[in-house]
Amino acid sequence: MDMINVKVNGVDVSAPKGTTILQAARLANVDIPTLCYLKDINEIGACRICIVEADEGRGKRLVASCVYPISEGMQIFTNTPKVLESRKKTLQLILSTHDRKCTSCVRSENCELKKMCHDMGIDDEFKYEGENIPYEVDYSAAHMIRDNNKCILCRRCVAVCNANQGVGVIGANERGFKTHISSAFELGLGETSCISCGQCISVCPVGAITEKDDTSKVLDAIADEKKFVIVQTAPAVRAGLGEEFGYPMGTNVEGKMAAALRRLGFDKVFDTDFGADLTIMEEATELVERVKNGGKLPMITSCSPGWVKYCEHYFPDMIENLSSCKSPMQMFGATAKTYYAQKLNIDPKDMVVVAVMPCTAKKFEIGRDDQSAAGVPDVDISITTRELARLIKRCGIKFTELPDEKFDEPLGISTGAGVIFGATGGVMEAALRSAVKFITGEEAGNIDFTEVRGTQGIKEASYKVGDLDVKVAVASGTANACELLKKVRSGEADYTFIEIMGCPSGCVNGGGQPQVPASVRNFEDVRGIRAKALYDQDKAMEHRRSHENPAIQELYKEFFEKPGSHKAHEILHTSYVNRGLY
Amino acid sequence: MGSTISSVPFAGTPEQEKKLREIIAKHKEEKGCLMPILQQAQDVYGYLPIEVQKIIAAETGYPLEKIYGIVTFYAQFALNPKGKYRISVCLGTACYVKGSGDIYNKLIERLGIEGGGCTPDGKFSLEACRCIGACGLAPVLTVNDDVFGRLTVDDVDKILAKYE
Amino acid sequence: MKKSLEELIAIGDSMKEKLGIRDEKNANGTIEKRHVLVCGGTGCTSSGSAKIIDKLHEEIKKNGIEDKVEVVRTGCFGLCALGPIMIVYPEGAFYSMVKEEEIEEIVAEHLKNGNIVTKYLYQETVTENGIKSLHETNFYKKQHRVALRNCGNIDPENIDEYLGTDGYKALEKVLKEMTPEEVIQTILDSGLRGRGGAGFPTGQKWKLARNIVPDADQKYVCCNADEGDPGAFMDRSVLEGDPHVVLEAMAIAGYAIGANQGYIYVRAEYPIAIHRLEIAIGQARDYGLLGKDIFGTGFEFDIELRLGAGAFVCGEETALMTSIEGNRGEPRPRPPFPAEKGLYGKPSILNNVETYANVPRIILNGPKWFADMGTEKSKGTKVFALGGKINNTGLVEVPMGTTLREVVEEIGGGIPKGKKFKAAQTGGPSGGCIPAEHFDVQIDYDNLIAIGSMMGSGGLIVMDEDNCMVDIAKFFLEFTVDESCGKCTPCRVGTKRLLEILTKITKGQGTLEDIDKMEELCYYIKANSLCGLGQTAPNPVLSTLKYFRDEYIAHVVDKKCPAGVCKDLLSYEIDPAKCKGCTACARVCPGGAIEGTVKNPHVINKDKCLKCGACIEKCKFGAISKK
Repeated sequence: MDMINVKVNGVDVSAPKGTTILQAARLANVDIPTLCYLKDINEIGACRICIVEADEGRGKRLVASCVYPISEGMQIFTNTPKVLESRKKTLQLILSTHDRKCTSCVRSENCELKKMCHDMGIDDEFKYEGENIPYEVDYSAAHMIRDNNKCILCRRCVAVCNANQGVGVIGANERGFKTHISSAFELGLGETSCISCGQCISVCPVGAITEKDDTSKVLDAIADEKKFVIVQTAPAVRAGLGEEFGYPMGTNVEGKMAAALRRLGFDKVFDTDFGADLTIMEEATELVERVKNGGKLPMITSCSPGWVKYCEHYFPDMIENLSSCKSPMQMFGATAKTYYAQKLNIDPKDMVVVAVMPCTAKKFEIGRDDQSAAGVPDVDISITTRELARLIKRCGIKFTELPDEKFDEPLGISTGAGVIFGATGGVMEAALRSAVKFITGEEAGNIDFTEVRGTQGIKEASYKVGDLDVKVAVASGTANACELLKKVRSGEADYTFIEIMGCPSGCVNGGGQPQVPASVRNFEDVRGIRAKALYDQDKAMEHRRSHENPAIQELYKEFFEKPGSHKAHEILHTSYVNRGLY
Repeated sequence: MGSTISSVPFAGTPEQEKKLREIIAKHKEEKGCLMPILQQAQDVYGYLPIEVQKIIAAETGYPLEKIYGIVTFYAQFALNPKGKYRISVCLGTACYVKGSGDIYNKLIERLGIEGGGCTPDGKFSLEACRCIGACGLAPVLTVNDDVFGRLTVDDVDKILAKYE
Repeated sequence: MKKSLEELIAIGDSMKEKLGIRDEKNANGTIEKRHVLVCGGTGCTSSGSAKIIDKLHEEIKKNGIEDKVEVVRTGCFGLCALGPIMIVYPEGAFYSMVKEEEIEEIVAEHLKNGNIVTKYLYQETVTENGIKSLHETNFYKKQHRVALRNCGNIDPENIDEYLGTDGYKALEKVLKEMTPEEVIQTILDSGLRGRGGAGFPTGQKWKLARNIVPDADQKYVCCNADEGDPGAFMDRSVLEGDPHVVLEAMAIAGYAIGANQGYIYVRAEYPIAIHRLEIAIGQARDYGLLGKDIFGTGFEFDIELRLGAGAFVCGEETALMTSIEGNRGEPRPRPPFPAEKGLYGKPSILNNVETYANVPRIILNGPKWFADMGTEKSKGTKVFALGGKINNTGLVEVPMGTTLREVVEEIGGGIPKGKKFKAAQTGGPSGGCIPAEHFDVQIDYDNLIAIGSMMGSGGLIVMDEDNCMVDIAKFFLEFTVDESCGKCTPCRVGTKRLLEILTKITKGQGTLEDIDKMEELCYYIKANSLCGLGQTAPNPVLSTLKYFRDEYIAHVVDKKCPAGVCKDLLSYEIDPAKCKGCTACARVCPGGAIEGTVKNPHVINKDKCLKCGACIEKCKFGAISKK
């Protein structure tokens, strides 16, 4: 490979051809601040924060380091007075258009702009104060709020919505000073075919895009003595929550999380992993039935509400391919309000099911039709990992000092198969672990289906299950899903079973997970590190196949009879609608 | 900002829609097809309301927002219909130094609309334009295809009277 | 029908003969046939040249001289201020500001009876001994037409006439006699630099595009005809007057860099240019001068039109390509430069219309011929669109190195009403103002940059003592704020804030600190913006600050606008000695600000005064002044 030699602030660095100044500086242990840059998907050189001086033999020039490739002999200066003064002015100009309600902004703790202002020594935030265009705040979507008054036009949200998700319901409109991010014809996001994935929230450096905060609903429910409030936590939450409390990325904080939830005052602390195991029982059964009875194939998973909404908007012709299974969260809620409520002799109306999810689309999902097994919504409140962190902080719980505790029984008992639901390929692997048993009656010799692991956007594999050749595919991020489904639609691919997750790399990278600043996101494999926490836990579990979960076995024995029973269909399965485009 | 869907009810005819679909079919396989499609669609309808943009989005497979983003970027595309008489005042340098700004302001005052707007009766719409190249006639305005040059503020009423 | 080389030569030869009529040298003896050339450029069309043509046909028919007269609608002659323009050859009689009602007489007297109707001629051409050639008039005599050589001389809608001017001979020469490297070397040797703005050496650009990606499967040749500077219209005139020259040059460029597809990105606001380009492309394809196997050499090249939709930033090369690709016309960071990754990610070149218009002549006459014109580092000629406070508004082409004084005073005929020259603005919104102290500057790329302006595409707007330089800076900045694409922070927010400070100053609310703050912001925007638009946007402010700082200070410290333009700083006063008390001013005042009784001096109530100036216009006695 062609290596190019440059000097960064006088330090020699050698890097392959095509390396940007920003990347080369990292090799010299120099951090250059960025705002708009997102590796691979938003390399537009727009914000100009990453400006450095570069000399290619024709004198020093200011260039945008995020997109400027290094050249042989180039001298790079990242901290000259000119550079620092330029960055400062850029920040001051951005501030002049930014609604600085920092004290009441949900992002004030981890706002990338605020940190940068601090780092760059902004001493006069009013320097370029001037006229601004007032924007109405958009509350129309179920899951999020968009406030253009805070938007700094880095376009990271636009990049993820288009490049990763293939949705493109937000984009830059108008031009010049009137440029702003919005939907076509300035429609509210709730009126568009937004899939609620929340990836835009994850990448927003400021508080212009935030989830709808439901933390006070949770506190109100807990405070209501008439209510029996239970909580469930999705697998990916335990792999992300620690980041909010200073743990290294990829730390599994399941034990402390359970302890914190208990201290928040939930009556029972359960685990969505239980719902995941239940989903496998139903979904694997459905798959076997579809294969045996000539049902619609490929069958596609329905755990991810972002994906399901995407399918309903963009691939309505494939709705029949969706598994009729509710998502693990909804299965959990439905089971809690039927089986568990009966067991405790509680009126389901008096039970509140709170879900903690790495996901914003779950806020939309809980309001879907045909998700009320007990005549009341299966799940009442869905909060994100970030909101849980906020709750813990608000209530003064010293998270890091908590003991590790266990989930309550019975709905807190789970297997390794349920845990890996949080990573792309996890549902597929969990299903494969059980499908073998369901089809052949014997346990699969293999428990690790490594072909479907990993953070690639699309994965394919084929397995021999009994006499059947099962061709599977796994996609994450709806742009990848689109690519895959087009092949299915055209008949180019003939899979039996497909797992699709709305967010790239699945729930560990969900739109409700702790925000990772671009300075980390651009240089570390956030998704892979978080997923590893789940695979490690799976490996250490006593049971690693959903059908081995004793609580699940008891549930079927006591309540549902068997997977795919009439009762199971009434409570654990749902239906979909064609939502049209735009 | 509220929705920018035109408040003027859409009055597209089946003939127009047929033409639009023909235009899309002709261009959609070309690289960079959106610009020619939008330009020709505007020729057919006079503007690009949501109804038209939705058809273009559905037929080309591009997100509606991408199309809207393009339409709002270029000055030539309109979300609202134009008046029967489109008045366009040149604010290019040559005209400006010869006083076209005053003529523009006089029209704003006289028609009671802002630049870019249309009178409620749909008769006149007003816009400022950049140099139309008739600098020798500065200051200049056009009403549809008619050009009026070497103007003074007093000419405004006379010009309007021709069309009223 | 595809034409063979012999057929093309035959057409060219027969046309040469015909075009000979359009030369005063052939005016001796009996005149068998006359050509009436009527300008069909946008300027003259706006002042009614189409009706003149209709009327000519009508009268010619009435007089039964159809076989003796040919009416040709040409492109721009350049002297737009005198439009509609009409020239009768072979005499070279130059009729200006022609009116429909004059046609009857001109046809009967001149075209039929051979007597030039001198009263309708451009008066400078009328001498005691008959008429003077157009080329000897002040407007034309210092001009040297290379890019515009055919404009106003041929029918742009007839490819045969272009062939009669050695059209497509340069393409034939490169395809048959030269290697691509030789073509590039010729362009390099000629010293041709881009006429669109920054003046990058054209040959250098071509060389990069030829070599930088050796195994490219596709390359593109693009033509920037998105002339966006307010007040500039030279590219339009070339397209309207001589569209084939651009097609020919693009094909030559295609051969040089190894491309077989060209795109012309032309402003939708130029309907005549678009129409003529469409005709020209159709004719060139028809004759086999575009398409497959051109001149039987196996070389393939075709051109498509793409229309701009009203975005100044699309004159920037990467934005133009983004726009052709069907997106918002936002610039992309460079590198990669278009020569490496341009249109659709393929190696591409982009030159503007005027640059291309020079290419065929350079090929035919050799690089030395071109390099002999101009200054050391700026070769050839440059077309300028003269506008503003100048008598001969129009289009001029002069050798590089001509002084600003020659252009304004001699060619442009000076400033109307005997006013004093204050500054000339070149380079449009990216350029700056050249003050009177640099009136003798030799115009070329480097000299203009050295004095804080730039060549730009060639708009040259003259300003006199009645123009306020702060207001002019504000005007250009308003333009850039409007036209900024909004992608990068310095341009999107910086220019807006700059405009706010300027506005504050023109309202008399500015401080000296504001001037410093503004200057600092200007340098920041120049150094930090993503593309050329932002990098040059502050130039109008910086150059006026440099040469007219006193005017800024007058606005800020004295709260006065010396030129009397900035409304908020004006005050209107009635001189009681001159006021006759006629009440005309009071009656016209829209604000009811003028008080007084009949036959007694009136007084303006400054609190109510709207500063509209209506009173001044009404006063017959010159009693009202603004200060």
